Amino acid sequence: MGAQLSVYRRRIKAMQSTKKITKAMELIAASRIAKAQADVKAARPYEREITRVLSALASQSTIDHPLVNEKPEPKRVAILVITSDRGLAGGYSSNAMKAAEALAGLLRSEGKEPLNYLVGRKAVAFYKFRSRPIEDSWTGFSEKPKYEDAKKVADTLIEAFVKDTADGGVDEIHIVYTEYVSALTQAPIAVRVLPLIVEETDEAPVDGPLPLYEFEPGPEALLDALLPRYVETRVFAALLASAASESAARRRAMKAATDNAEDLIKSLTRAANAARQAEITQEISEIVGGASALASAGSE
Amino acid sequence: MALHVELVSVEREVWSGEADSVVARTTEGEIGILPGHAPVLGQLAEGYDIRIQQAGGGELAVNVSGGFLSVTDEGVTILAESATLPGESAPA
Repeated sequence: MGAQLSVYRRRIKAMQSTKKITKAMELIAASRIAKAQADVKAARPYEREITRVLSALASQSTIDHPLVNEKPEPKRVAILVITSDRGLAGGYSSNAMKAAEALAGLLRSEGKEPLNYLVGRKAVAFYKFRSRPIEDSWTGFSEKPKYEDAKKVADTLIEAFVKDTADGGVDEIHIVYTEYVSALTQAPIAVRVLPLIVEETDEAPVDGPLPLYEFEPGPEALLDALLPRYVETRVFAALLASAASESAARRRAMKAATDNAEDLIKSLTRAANAARQAEITQEISEIVGGASALASAGSE
Repeated sequence: MALHVELVSVEREVWSGEADSVVARTTEGEIGILPGHAPVLGQLAEGYDIRIQQAGGGELAVNVSGGFLSVTDEGVTILAESATLPGESAPA
């Protein structure tokens, strides 16, 4: 076998095993999307109810609570960036980080100092490599977030928010996460979580006017208990949406990789066939040439 | 007239159905809810079960932690950080 041909054969083999890997990852990601979407859906009733209850509470008492009050001159702003732990998901993590960069730029132009809170190994690596300060980071649950994970993150954020700015507290909290729009589209978005903007219910008016509650205990104490829960819920929802997006992005990236591998295998097979044919043709012409040289030598 | 009860935890809807009454304990004290109760929003005390008297008979005692109780004209909603139905093992 000629050198050229064996090189082609080797590359085809390598491509085939790459294709097997990417195909497997594609299938795994595809099955995770369904699971992640089911989780998003399962968490929605709680999110809806707590938003409703909080809206009712907010509309009835003039809220005066550290978690809702806009601080007069916001200086330090926390940005929670949600990315993946693993790569091979196309532009998923880098898109989220780009959105975070854009937000940080905007905040800086307003004279605020952005502080980085990171979820996912990719974000941690990105910020470490550029030696940017990281306030806090969490890794290991980007694909399957649990409520406890959201709680850990939210508690840290709330704690920083409640602290005085001078003691290293923050004045605002934003989350940058990836919204699952469809299997093909996932959009990174930035939302402000604290101070709360309590009326953002897109669907509440459908249920009619909010009930006139009696409170047990008083509205202030209830807010104390409810607001952290609300923040946890928002963080949890962001983590779940990001997990679904991550799987969708990975599925798409792996699908593209599998398709590319297929194309490469096809063109390499063609090249290998041509090389094999060229070898055969050359051998024949060598034999014919040799035979005719012998024949002409004999006739003299 | 039955009371519509929804019990949702952060990760899923745990139970929903019709009930005759709901007894719970808020941080202020025990509260019993019958159909037509005035709207109340309460924080549930830790470590007590919520007892739901089901419409078809039978009582459901649910262990709830970190919960809120919201009574409206439409029914009762119990928001819990985690909730365990009897016969279910506690979530790990």
